[in-house]
Amino acid sequence: MSKAHDVLVDPLFNTNPIALQVLGICSALAVTTRMQTAVVMAVAVIFVTGSSNFFVSLLRNRIPSNVRIIVQLTVIASLVIVVDQVLKAYLFDVSRQLSVFVGLIITNCIVMGRAEAFAMQNPPGLSFLDGVGNGFGYGLILLGVGAFREVLGAGSFFGWPVLALVADGGWYTPNGLMVLAPGAFFLIGLFIWALRTWKPSQVEAPEA
Amino acid sequence: MEHYLSIAMTAIFVENLALAFFLGMCSFLAVSKQVETAIGLGFAVLVVQTITVPLNNLIFQYLLKEGALAWISPALASYDLTFLGFLTYIGTIAAVVQVVEMTLDRHVPALYTTLGIFLPLIAVNCAILGGSLFMVERSYTLAESVVYGLSSGAGWALAIVALAAIRERMRYSNVPAGLRGLGITFIIAGLMAIGFMAFAGIQL
Repeated sequence: MSKAHDVLVDPLFNTNPIALQVLGICSALAVTTRMQTAVVMAVAVIFVTGSSNFFVSLLRNRIPSNVRIIVQLTVIASLVIVVDQVLKAYLFDVSRQLSVFVGLIITNCIVMGRAEAFAMQNPPGLSFLDGVGNGFGYGLILLGVGAFREVLGAGSFFGWPVLALVADGGWYTPNGLMVLAPGAFFLIGLFIWALRTWKPSQVEAPEA
Repeated sequence: MEHYLSIAMTAIFVENLALAFFLGMCSFLAVSKQVETAIGLGFAVLVVQTITVPLNNLIFQYLLKEGALAWISPALASYDLTFLGFLTYIGTIAAVVQVVEMTLDRHVPALYTTLGIFLPLIAVNCAILGGSLFMVERSYTLAESVVYGLSSGAGWALAIVALAAIRERMRYSNVPAGLRGLGITFIIAGLMAIGFMAFAGIQL
């Protein structure tokens, strides 16, 4: 397997940014009550991680190491401003729902973490793929959690009803917990459990 | 007065930055293994939050908001610089963190040795930027933003210290292999979030 393939595919399951590297959880939980917002958020993050890695990597030999954090933040913040303006222009409703969480992509540890850990040492092309791969790994968990929360919490999927609600004469009583904050915590916890049962090498050693 | 008390209670308990909005999760999970370090980080967040939220409030009101530049000259009244918000807030936060770090180093070395390692972490803590963004979104006044900054920082500190205390006890429990570490921490945080939701019914 080529290196390009590895950096793109590894973050999906083997080194998933959320489940294994514990990065970028902040926004993963807040935007997943509906599929629509989760998809928009995932696309936004893929765009930002990919291009911030690309640009940071282009600049990597010119950035003095003592101001690198500020330079990285500036690159990332500018990209996020672009995303935010595009969302406000074309998807105003979604941008309303995402509220502050678009801005919080700046401090999303995935973006910073990959820029710092990968893009500073690798050429632009590879860094771009690494960014996109990590963005997808993040998006995958986002969509998984979003799917559970919307189906179980509201009985719909992308806004389409899939479970007939009691309120409309059906049989399904929406599980209110799923839409609230604790539901997201539980789902991510269970998600990690499932992933680690599938790939036992990721299990953490017991704390001494 | 009641209005400010209500903002404070809401920010600490009902809309706890960590447990209701999932902000600052990265460090919330990574630095909550011991109560002592959790207190250090919690306090550092509290301090930085109390400074940055009002500061960003001033920047927003007098520089970025639509028509805010009118105090410089009426010709500038038509400018709307809100799109520069993200860049400005994160810059302010990074600068404040740097200044706090240098001040502590110079004047309170004892505190610097405890908090020092956490300060760089804070510049990219979503709770700090989130606090400023919520402040802008809810258009708080200066006084309101002082109260909000202080109490949202306090709420975050409370949550991380409580989580660390629970995790210290967890060492003696037999957790299923796949859940060990990160997984069980999420479940604990979920249970804590349920606990904090109980405050939602309180009306002031």
